Amino acid sequence: MSTVKETRPGTDRAPVSQNPRPLTYPPDASQSIGGEVSVQIDGQDVKVPIGTSLLDAAKKVGVHIPTLCHHPDLRVAGVCRVCVVEVEGQRTLQAACAYPVTSPLKVHTHTRKVRQARRHVVDLMLSTHCGECYSCKRNNNCELQKLAREYGVDFFRFGHVKASRIPKDESSYSVVRDMDKCILCRRCVRTCIDLQEVGVLEAIGRGHETRISTYLDKALADVVCINCGQCINRCPTGALHANDTSDEVWRAIDDPTKHVVIQTAPSPRAAIGECFGLEPGVPMTGQLNTALKLAGFDKVFDTNFTADLTILEEGTELLVRLHDALVKKQPTALPQFTSCSPGWVKYLEHFHPEYIPNLSSAKSPQQMFGAVIKTWYAQRNGIDPKDIVTVALMPCSAKKFECNRPEMDSSGFKDVDFGLTTREMAQMIQEAGIHLPSLAKSGFDDPFGDATGSGVIFGATGGVMEAALRTVIELVTGLKVEKLFEHANIVSVRGFEGVRLIELPITQVASEVPEIIRKHVPSFDFLKGVTLKVAVAHGTANAKRVMEDIRAGGPFSECHFIEFMGCPGGCLGGGGQPIPTSPEIRQARAKAIYAEDAGSAVRKSHENPAVLRLYTEFLTDGPCGHKSHELLHTHYTARGKHIG
Amino acid sequence: MTVIDSRRTPLTFDSIVPGTGLAVALKLSRADLIATVAASNLRGRGGAGFPTATKWNLAAAAKVAEGECKFVVCNADEGEPGTFKDRVLLTEYAPLVFEGMTIAARAVGAKRGILYLRGEYVYLRPALDAELARRRKDGVLGAAIGGVAGFDFDVEIRMGAGAYVCGEETALIESLEGQRGEPRNRPPFPVDTGFRNQPTVVNNVETLAAVTAILAKGPEFFRKLGSERSAGFKLFSVSGDCDAPGVYEFPLGLTLRELLEQAGGTDAKAVQVGGASGVCVPAAQFGRRIAFEDVATGGSIIVFGPHRDMLAVAKNFMEFFCEESCGQCTPCREGNAKLLEGIRMLERGECSTAYLRELRLLGETMQLASKCGLGQSSPNAFLSIVEHFPDEVLGRSLAAAGGTR
Repeated sequence: MSTVKETRPGTDRAPVSQNPRPLTYPPDASQSIGGEVSVQIDGQDVKVPIGTSLLDAAKKVGVHIPTLCHHPDLRVAGVCRVCVVEVEGQRTLQAACAYPVTSPLKVHTHTRKVRQARRHVVDLMLSTHCGECYSCKRNNNCELQKLAREYGVDFFRFGHVKASRIPKDESSYSVVRDMDKCILCRRCVRTCIDLQEVGVLEAIGRGHETRISTYLDKALADVVCINCGQCINRCPTGALHANDTSDEVWRAIDDPTKHVVIQTAPSPRAAIGECFGLEPGVPMTGQLNTALKLAGFDKVFDTNFTADLTILEEGTELLVRLHDALVKKQPTALPQFTSCSPGWVKYLEHFHPEYIPNLSSAKSPQQMFGAVIKTWYAQRNGIDPKDIVTVALMPCSAKKFECNRPEMDSSGFKDVDFGLTTREMAQMIQEAGIHLPSLAKSGFDDPFGDATGSGVIFGATGGVMEAALRTVIELVTGLKVEKLFEHANIVSVRGFEGVRLIELPITQVASEVPEIIRKHVPSFDFLKGVTLKVAVAHGTANAKRVMEDIRAGGPFSECHFIEFMGCPGGCLGGGGQPIPTSPEIRQARAKAIYAEDAGSAVRKSHENPAVLRLYTEFLTDGPCGHKSHELLHTHYTARGKHIG
Repeated sequence: MTVIDSRRTPLTFDSIVPGTGLAVALKLSRADLIATVAASNLRGRGGAGFPTATKWNLAAAAKVAEGECKFVVCNADEGEPGTFKDRVLLTEYAPLVFEGMTIAARAVGAKRGILYLRGEYVYLRPALDAELARRRKDGVLGAAIGGVAGFDFDVEIRMGAGAYVCGEETALIESLEGQRGEPRNRPPFPVDTGFRNQPTVVNNVETLAAVTAILAKGPEFFRKLGSERSAGFKLFSVSGDCDAPGVYEFPLGLTLRELLEQAGGTDAKAVQVGGASGVCVPAAQFGRRIAFEDVATGGSIIVFGPHRDMLAVAKNFMEFFCEESCGQCTPCREGNAKLLEGIRMLERGECSTAYLRELRLLGETMQLASKCGLGQSSPNAFLSIVEHFPDEVLGRSLAAAGGTR
């Protein structure tokens, strides 16, 4: 991978709740001369840059300080107080996560006072935390549980609430809120407001009555939640989790009359190993295929097949739009926005509904697959589509909402019956007694077979753009993309910077338009001399910045095509991925994804033989043709910000 | 009940001619101006007692972002139970308060001032706005104040909305910025990163009025009053079981007994010094001095007569804190609720001594580990009452158990 530079949320952010102060003090500490200060932590001396938090300084000398409200992706809050330490000369204990070192300090991290305070903090949290660990989604992966163990909690010092006080909010297809388990660390609030800038969740009430809620206490399904699930990934307890449909999937598997097929997206493979104790970044593609067959799925398909299909549909759509704008001089909605991230799509529907015409009408790969399975696949295999159950393994919580969109039934049936997250699938595999990492590898089932590297990289931010460019460049210029980019790696669109804008001058065009799209675009001559401007944004906070720029007529408004992903890092950082998450973990997953691409035999969507066969056998009027419009394209709903 | 905000002693502020302090300040360089305040040994009147000149020096040295400016905020969110002296100042001495803000602005180089007014004092707003208008007309607010080129300063009034915690300076700033009133992490401190992330001086109403007096009468006058580490005169809001509740002015350093003699409360069994967040001093300790080095107070003195039920007193305070905790940090949010629950158990005679010991340790944890001064001081009343009135607190346990264990 090229340089990986994570753009941390919000250096130039509007003020938000929870202390939007950067953790540098004085504010220009990074520029101060020398810039280092020595700290003594439990007798060990360490030099750190001025402004480093005590927590990070302690990490440097291997001193573990427990944290709870702290998260590497989020602003400092300093509210749980479990990380308190004793700083010599200070009357009170200091929160290590929020205390910047600006002068030489002596710090003690496990004095009587510190141990007492931490234990009390944990005891106080447990006193209002309702729920048994056994029946919790986060059992064995819960930060509160871990703390209780670390601090030797052997009884409920300040009592323990036994009865549920707050009904679960299960209104959303994607996110379940079980506020009985909330310990008010406010990570979800900081995620929703600061990291994603959606702003659905906020603390309401005061004192002991404080709780996290939504606008007017409405159900999550009735507010502007985009279902990205980033709050789930950062919740330390089981207070937030995805709406799990794995029991229904088991029921379908158990039903002999049902033909249960599963499609798996690229990101879960790059991450599911984490649920089995592996380091992040170990791809499990082949093992996962084996596991899914062992678990009882009739067929295991690769969502990348429809990722490639998406590229052809969306790429053709882009060429048509460009043709409309540049040749026919028609008013055309440009830039075209990608539509494969359902979190992003709902974000746009809520916050920028007037830009819905810019969204590609192509369905997401998940939904295309569902439609193809219940039509072409069903016909080809002589199976009644009503007996087919399509399951999608996704890194995403928003995919659950997407598959339940009422318009997603162009096959005559619900295109995708169930969306499962990586976490839920790991659980199903465990329940089936399968130890994933030790399985033999196997391939994907026909007729879709193994997809291309372009499909794989859909999982990382910039991946859809790179895949689209590989195809569009090759079709338009008639040159092999490898000639223009080493190993066909368009590295300028890769990486974790929040927003990237890339310009690609088109100096030559192919003499002939490939037959498959010729009826839409008779000639590419109009693109000669055009500089193709594309951009990539991941995380809705960055998407917001791009949308504001477009609205203001800035450089992004001149783009032709923009890839938006709802989640930081793209799908590999999705709300259905294993917990925990951090910039480092996401980088490791990205590495696995790009390695899979590099190892693919076919790396360009338009060379995917299965996709080409689909166009020959079934979608005979080609990309963006009548039949593909019916099955593979969709429409959107202007939702607006003001909900009922 | 007597009218409580009647003045019981003459106030030094009566002798200050408005405008005198500012006139002196304008003749001084900014460094000399801060040095003058430093020479008075003035410490913040809100309760914490931070040296005013030190705060100003830090703000004066702090850098401002481009297109921004420094701020002087007058903390008029007088919310400590039993405090009503700022109301008197704002009602009768508003010119001295605004003058103090202007002097502070001169000292630190601030361009904008904000009076953060307690929500319940909204009735004072028309008069305060009128005073601001008058000052603009008189040229002591606005551009080139007192004819000093470049000394531009104006003041606006912002209303609080009833949250006690917004008296904490960083919560006040959050509130000013339109956020939930929740304290920030410190450091960075407001003198460096305050309102809109710019250097901000937050001073109490009385501190600012005292600044005007110090400039008008000279720092010597102020420093000579009071004790060594607690210079100057101070206003006290005296309430509760005494003959003459009201607003008093005394030099700091007087004993509680002396104060009670003035207020006619010598038969008191305890005095709560510093409001709900202060400590409860029993009669045996009435020789203690009201000063930063002994029992500190922002001015609230609540007298408890012989008939008062001290557990009920503790309960009243804890109910207050349960409601007023911002709910942000665990020790304060949950801790106050546990202490209140403990008091209810004590009332019913259901609290074991072992659990009471645990609650006292919890109180210590709250003092040590809470994020802001609210949680750090909220257990004070409970802890001091449990310490000084064990018979009243534990008696019920014994009574409930039939007098035996």
